[in-house]
Order: sequence, then C-alpha cells, then structure tokens
Amino acid sequence: MSVTALGAPAETRRLVAQKKTQDLVFGTIGVLVLFVVMGLLLTLVSDLIIDGAGRITPEFLTSFPSRRAAQAGVLSAWIGTSLVMIVTAVVAVPLGVGAGLYLEEYAPKNILTDAIEINVSNLAGVPSIIYGLLALGFFVYALGMGQTILVGGLVLALLILPIVIVATREALRAVPAGLRESAYGIGANQWQVMWNYILPSARPGILTGAIVGLSRAIGETAPIITIGALTYIAFLPPSPVSSTPPFVNLDWLNSPFTVMPIQMFNWVSRPQAAFHENAAATGVLLLGMTLLMNGFAIYLRYRLRRTVRT
Amino acid sequence: MNVTTRARSPSVSMPSPLGAIAGADAQIRAQVSDLNFWYGKFQALHGVSMPIHDRQVTAIIGPSGCGKSTLLRCFNRIHDLYLGVRYEGAIELMPDRLNLVGKAVDPILVRLMVGMVFQKPNPFPKSIFENVAAGLYVRGIRNRSEVEGRVEHALKQAAIWDEVSDRLKKPAYELSGGQQQRLCIARALAPEPKLLLLDEPTSALDPIATAKIESLIDDLAEQVTIVIVTHNMGQAARISDHTAFMHLGKLVEFGETEQIFTSPQAEQTRDYVTGRYG
Repeated sequence: MSVTALGAPAETRRLVAQKKTQDLVFGTIGVLVLFVVMGLLLTLVSDLIIDGAGRITPEFLTSFPSRRAAQAGVLSAWIGTSLVMIVTAVVAVPLGVGAGLYLEEYAPKNILTDAIEINVSNLAGVPSIIYGLLALGFFVYALGMGQTILVGGLVLALLILPIVIVATREALRAVPAGLRESAYGIGANQWQVMWNYILPSARPGILTGAIVGLSRAIGETAPIITIGALTYIAFLPPSPVSSTPPFVNLDWLNSPFTVMPIQMFNWVSRPQAAFHENAAATGVLLLGMTLLMNGFAIYLRYRLRRTVRT
Repeated sequence: MNVTTRARSPSVSMPSPLGAIAGADAQIRAQVSDLNFWYGKFQALHGVSMPIHDRQVTAIIGPSGCGKSTLLRCFNRIHDLYLGVRYEGAIELMPDRLNLVGKAVDPILVRLMVGMVFQKPNPFPKSIFENVAAGLYVRGIRNRSEVEGRVEHALKQAAIWDEVSDRLKKPAYELSGGQQQRLCIARALAPEPKLLLLDEPTSALDPIATAKIESLIDDLAEQVTIVIVTHNMGQAARISDHTAFMHLGKLVEFGETEQIFTSPQAEQTRDYVTGRYG
C-alpha cells in the first residue's frame, strides 16, 4: 500500500509532463499554420494596397471609366454595386428568413420537407455561374427583363438565399428550449412566441448569416457577367429620389449597370500597367466596402446583444 | 428522515374564513383520471388518478425518472411542443369538467388557464415589467392602467415588489437567481391562473432563496391552487397539503402530506420517505 502511495506521484508527474509536451507540440503546429495562412492573406492584401493605394483619390470615386487610365474612375461601378446590394438584401433577407422560419418552426416533418432541407443545403454549394445561366435564361430572356440592376440583384439574391436560410435555421435552433417553453407556458400562440420571443433572440445570428451572404454577393462576378452586365458604363442610373412628387421612383431598377468586380476584371484584362493600378485600387475599395458592411453588422449585433441577452 | 409537516395541513386545520374549503372534503379543482402518457413508443405514465384540491398545495414526489415532471407537464400540455407524444385518459378541470388533455381541447386554451414555473429561472430577455405583463399582453389586455395594476399585484403576490418596485424598467437578467424565480412566479400569477404548476422551482437556488420561495408558496396557497414537483422531501413535507408519491410512471400513493410522511401505506413510499432509496 505504502509503495504505491509513494510511487504514484512520480507516475502522475510523468503523465502530466507527457500531456504538457503534447500541448506544446500541438500549440506550435497551430501557430505555424496560422502564420502561413495569415501571411498569405496579408501578402495578397498588402500587395493590392501597395499597387492601388496611390490611385485612390476623390476623383477616382467621382469619375466614370475612361480610355485614359489616369482619368478613369469607378463612379458607376461603386454606385452599381451599392444599388445591386440593396436589391439583393431587400429580396434575399426577408425570403431567406421567412423560409428558414417556416422550415424550422412550422413545417411538418415529412419526406417532402426532408427533401427540401437537403436541397437547400446543396444549393449553397452550386457554382455561382450556374445561377448566372439560370438568370440569363429566365429573367433576361424568358421574362425579357434585360440586363438591369433588378436582374443583377435578383440573381445574387438567389445565390445567397441558401446561406441566409441555413443561418436563420441555425440561429433559431440555438434559441434555448427554456425560452420557447416559457413563452408557450404563458399561453402565447405560435405567432406570438415566434415574433415576440424567438425572433428577437435569434436576431444576432440571423443578421450574421445575412451579412455573410451579402459579403459573398458583393464580390461575385461570374453570374453578373453571365447575365450580360456591361463593362463600360459612363452614366448613372436615374436617381431614386427626386424633387417633384412622388419624390421616389424605381426607374433605377431597370437601368443597365456595372459593378466593382466587373470593372476590376475589365481593367486587369488590359495590357497597360496603368490600368492594372486602377484594378488594384478598385480591389482595395471593394475590400473596404466589404469591411464596412461587416463592421456595420458587428455594430448592430453588439447593439442587439446588449438589449437582448439570452 | 425527520420531517415536520406543514401546520396548515387540513387534518390540523385552523379556522379559516373559507371554512367550507378547508377540511378533508375540500373542493376539487382538477381530477386526474386514468392518465396514460407516451413519448413515442415509451409509456411514461401508467393509469395515474388523483385529485387536485382547490386552493391547496399538492406535491408530487418520487425518484428521478419516475414521471413526476412528465405528469406535471401534462397539466398545461407543454408536451405538445414536441413530436410523438400521446395522452390517454383525462385531467378534468372543475367546475366545467374540461379535459385538459382532450384531443379536441386546444393546448393554447389550456395554457391560458394554467400557469407554469420551470426548474431553471427563465425570465424573458425583457424588462422586469414586460416579463410580468407578458401573460397579460397575450390575453389581449393592453389597457395601461389595468396592466400596471395587475403587474404590481402579481409582484406583491410573489413577494418581490419591494425589491423591484424602483427598477421595473431594468432588464430581468440583472436580478439574482432567486429573484428571477419569484419574477417567473409573478409572471405566472399575473393572468390569475386556475392552476399554478411549479416544476422543481427551487432546485437551482441556494437555501436562502429556497426558503423565500417556500414561504411564498405557503402564502399563495390561500389564493391559488398549486401543484409542485419536488425531489426535496423536506420541502414537500413543509409546504404541501397533499402528496403524491410516484415510481416508474405509476402513482404509488396519494394522501394527505402528514399521512404520507408519518404513516405511509405502501412499502415503496415508506422506503422512499425514510430515505432508503431515491
């Protein structure tokens, strides 16, 4: 008995030392991997910034594209991107959240809903150019809508719909069962439980999903090129607000457009080095727009978490 | 196990203004008859029959997994939130003899009449006031002064008014665990339920908070019918008028609390209340 009592600490110490070595090895590998990945990413981004930062001036943002690289700007591209994003968000977020809510909370569990679930998950993996072809065949030709901002926004909305649906369902699933039970416990009906208790708790998660989707959409080029968006746009869509009644109009939805990735693609494919600088500058701006969007989402989430803690 | 039974137990009842209600033949608020319950293929309750006496505390005790929480959750049909559950038999709410577990009876209607407090304090992520008012809002009570009056009344009933009256607009999460649980009791009381269900309401609380809740339940029993599930036999003995002992989904014994704890009829009950298993 006393022998084992004396022997145990040494054995225990050996075990502890072994675990510590394991932790150290794994930690080192983790840090190395992190450096490789982050290093690659930082190299790419800083290369883009070094090439393009010099071109980012107020004129660059307020000029239309031009044959002369030094006078060219991205005015039509960033406005096009912003407007397309608005259409995408307005279409994808309500549809995606609604579909996610229905699938998670209302839909009966049967073969049909199982099939829909599997399809929604698979749709998230469909290459974006396929969505472009769908939009070209359906929106542009079958419905004769043309290469407009509306079509661009719709195709990107379709593209990110699965992302929003999946994120919504996961956010709803993360709502603690206790909240659901106590909300039903006070006698609330399904709509009241959903609207007053479940959705507010799931909002930060849903918001994250929506922003992840929009961040993917903002950089998409293939589907926009496929529907035939123009690469050279030297005019702006009609203003959505005017000084005469009815003050708002939706004509801009039917305007031809270009977006930042297309402008960038266009400039990269030219031989002159000056245009490559423009492309890099556009890339930096596109990154900036994405970061801005993410930053806004983080801010919103922070605000929501403060008021609605679960 | 040395237990002191509740002084207000009917067998030793004090003169009460509601004399007709106290006593052995007290009015029945609900009657459980031959209740069977299934989770999918698993039968969790086997032919449970027992009365719930009006304005008294009925405790359900028994070892883990005996079906005591399952039985309690039948009373407000919270089981219906999950798939594959099935009821058979009846829980009739008096005086209308409305069968709470009847197929034709809407679970929302049941929950509008039966309040519930859960094991873990689970206030809504809203203000203290909004929490208590939530049950009134879902019943369409929106008149500001009426809502305010009933919220105050419920908070006083739940013995928490003095602690929160100056911070009704503050989030409920700023309260301590014991206060949160009393807030949940106030939330259940505000709509004046016909039955109040308590599912191990003190199991997540410290002894001081537990003592407060117990004395609160004792006071509430004057005004509302309470069914409480507890794994704490001392608690059942202290606060209840009637006790049901359950084992393996069956009701083993039901009787006045004093009788269950001092002269249990069934051997299983005797073993359990004397701490031999469970």
